[in-house]
Amino acid sequence: MIDAAAADLLGAGTVDALFPNGISRYAIGGLLVGLGTVLIYLGTGITAGASTFLESTLSYVSGRSRFAQYRASRDWRVVFTLGIIGGAAVYALIYQGDPWSIADSAWTTEVSPWRLFLGGILVGIGTRVGKGCTSGHGICGVGSVSRTSLVGVATFLVVAIVTANAVSALGVGL
Amino acid sequence: MSRHPLFMPLILVGGLVFGFGLGFSHMARPEVVLDFLTFDDFGLLFVMFGGSIVAGIAFWTLPKLRGSAPLTGRPYGRRLKSFDRDVLVGGSIFGVGWGLSGICPGAAYASLGVGNWPILYAIGGMFVGAYAQGVWRSRDADDAPAAAPSDD
Repeated sequence: MIDAAAADLLGAGTVDALFPNGISRYAIGGLLVGLGTVLIYLGTGITAGASTFLESTLSYVSGRSRFAQYRASRDWRVVFTLGIIGGAAVYALIYQGDPWSIADSAWTTEVSPWRLFLGGILVGIGTRVGKGCTSGHGICGVGSVSRTSLVGVATFLVVAIVTANAVSALGVGL
Repeated sequence: MSRHPLFMPLILVGGLVFGFGLGFSHMARPEVVLDFLTFDDFGLLFVMFGGSIVAGIAFWTLPKLRGSAPLTGRPYGRRLKSFDRDVLVGGSIFGVGWGLSGICPGAAYASLGVGNWPILYAIGGMFVGAYAQGVWRSRDADDAPAAAPSDD
């Protein structure tokens, strides 16, 4: 329905060129990501981001002040993260492979381990130094029309686009 | 510290919906993020804008309807962080990592949920990075009182 409406509005050729996989999966997924954020906000007033979990969880094993400041929230951040894993697992169980069958429902990436690990290190440093990630700045911060978050999103988006294109242009495989 | 009995269940339900959404949007797949960043598929714009518009409507309307959240008594507010050089430096480092790996924290947790076990390399890396910056930035602060407390 969303895809048909978009094709009417923009023309089918344009939609195919810009969105080869259609729009609906992205739009529905994005609305659900927002809804999950809103549910927590409704009940608790907390604007939850995903990357604080990294530092708050480290407070279980380190007494450093950077991590210890998150002690009060570390338990619910673990629950939030387990929820994200669980929700994605429900998606996989329904939509990947046969519905509600474990067989073939796992999907694995072709991106190489060194790119994941090195990228992960930089993501771990950058999100914590930069005060937020794609959910903290991108969803909650942009939703708050926070100038800090808008600048943060613009920064990481532009740098990520340059990086991904440079890596691709250098002929580095996935 | 006593919490409302529904606090944790709500966090869990919110996480489940959030994670299901990340799975449904395919953002849990690094390939889809890399296709977006190299202009092969602009669909991810709908994830970020869709999510932030839904969140924005709630952040805008709820403070006008009620003063504070029922489970915590926390005042409804927006997510506003102070701006300084760190936002640009950290955002740039995050951008290089995101562009190299195609993965960000929330999507990485969801990626584990869709069965993508190699994402553990990325999650492991994120903990290494978060630990390294924490040790670095705690070096002066360990004598001083802890910085501003976080969300509880």
